[in-house]
Amino acid sequence: MSSSLGNQVGQLARRSIVRTLRQPAQIVPAIVFPLFLLAVNTGGLKDATSLPGFPTDSYLTFILAVPFIQGALFSVMNSGTDLARDIETGFLNRLALTPLRGAALLSGLLAGATVLGVVQAVAYLAVGLIAGAEMAAGAGGALVLVLLSVTITVAFGTIGLFAALRFGSGEAVQGLFPVFFVFLFLSAMTLPLDLLTTDWFHAIASVNPVTYLLEAIRSLLIEGWNLGDLALGFGIALAIGAVGMTAASSALKSRLVRT
Amino acid sequence: MSEQRTAGVRDVARGVAWRSIHNFLTNPAFLVPSLLFPLFFFVSFAGGLAAIGEVPGFDFPSGYTAFQFVFVLLQSAAFGGVFTGFAMARDFESGFGRRYMLAAGHRSGIVLGYALAALFRAFVTWTVLSAVALVAGMEIAGSGGEILALYALAVLVNVAATMWAAGVALRVRSIQGGPLMQFPVFLVLFLAPVYVPLDLLSGWIHAIASINPVTAMLEAGRGFISGDPVLVIAAFAMGLVLSVLFALWAKGGLRSAEAGG
Repeated sequence: MSSSLGNQVGQLARRSIVRTLRQPAQIVPAIVFPLFLLAVNTGGLKDATSLPGFPTDSYLTFILAVPFIQGALFSVMNSGTDLARDIETGFLNRLALTPLRGAALLSGLLAGATVLGVVQAVAYLAVGLIAGAEMAAGAGGALVLVLLSVTITVAFGTIGLFAALRFGSGEAVQGLFPVFFVFLFLSAMTLPLDLLTTDWFHAIASVNPVTYLLEAIRSLLIEGWNLGDLALGFGIALAIGAVGMTAASSALKSRLVRT
Repeated sequence: MSEQRTAGVRDVARGVAWRSIHNFLTNPAFLVPSLLFPLFFFVSFAGGLAAIGEVPGFDFPSGYTAFQFVFVLLQSAAFGGVFTGFAMARDFESGFGRRYMLAAGHRSGIVLGYALAALFRAFVTWTVLSAVALVAGMEIAGSGGEILALYALAVLVNVAATMWAAGVALRVRSIQGGPLMQFPVFLVLFLAPVYVPLDLLSGWIHAIASINPVTAMLEAGRGFISGDPVLVIAAFAMGLVLSVLFALWAKGGLRSAEAGG
């Protein structure tokens, strides 16, 4: 393997993408499960639009933001499980014998999550729009939405990498799924923040970063161009990615020393 | 002879149940998700969706917390059965199930043992869930008998789900069959009136929920907790029919496992 960083990233990215695309068990649930919940929530909660202060008369448009976050949660599992398998099978040990740089390994491993993120975002958006959701920000907004969704997916993916490197076990990575679901459940997922009438729930949702990721996506769907919400959404996603990548780099160093 | 057989089934069931319960109680990886998942659903639905109780036409007398408690109770009953199916599949994948098959004189006791363990899991979850709901201020307008009937309904849901999952586990004999156990249960639960009563649903979801057997159980359960029982016979009949049908499905799975060696 050439020692140039670009070549190293390219080789590992190719492997990561091919491995993701060859595993329908990773792709299908990541697309179907959020769409199923989208359909159920839209059908079951559409009367919520009659609540005073609800920002749109289409619950589908409102709830369409959720699949993007759920899809990103699958990215934690997918990227983490793939790397954990590499650790369990000894593939990482073999890589450690090559002049591969840590940054190349981590960036390359996220390529699969990135591709899956694009596929997911396009699928959710297409199904949502076909089902009648609105896109207030227009075609440009759709592009920004896909970009934001991929940024969130990759950011969450770095946490999967960290978990895999820290624990070295696919089972431990899978065990993180419920933990991350809690963040989604305790956010302004099904109603806007202002309509969360239970005080303690409102307080938790207000400090939960997932609420602001949802609001950034919703701003494109419902309001149009709200630069403040978008900046906050991108900022939080990038911050999660930076923290995840830093933690993963540190865990990688420890793991390579250990091996 | 018949007495001997009953005693044999009972002994096998007791042994299998004891091991399964022991694994459940001593392994946090099994215990914690069983307790946390229903609590997360309850907290999220009852806390995050409280405003839905103010939607025009929503007139559930005991409030939204009680309305959601019934759903989460039945959901935890069903998933107690599914998680036990996972344990069964894991046992067969690791070869422990084969040892059960060799050792048990009466193999139906194996399925019965797992079913007892599933029921125990559900009771543990319901205890925690009910305590949290009461602390959260859930209003109960139903009488003691009606509340008992609600839990009896949950027992039937648990038995039906366990038998469904056992049938899959015994046929697939691998944890890879997990999604097959889980997804249909998830589907049938969420295609019922989860967030609002059936009358407030419309369109395709109303059509599906109207013929979904879980709807009758859910509405009966909500009737019990609010002291206004509805669809009682339909709900219990549905629970019994599903339990019997899935018990036959599990019996077929047992035959398949026997044939598979």
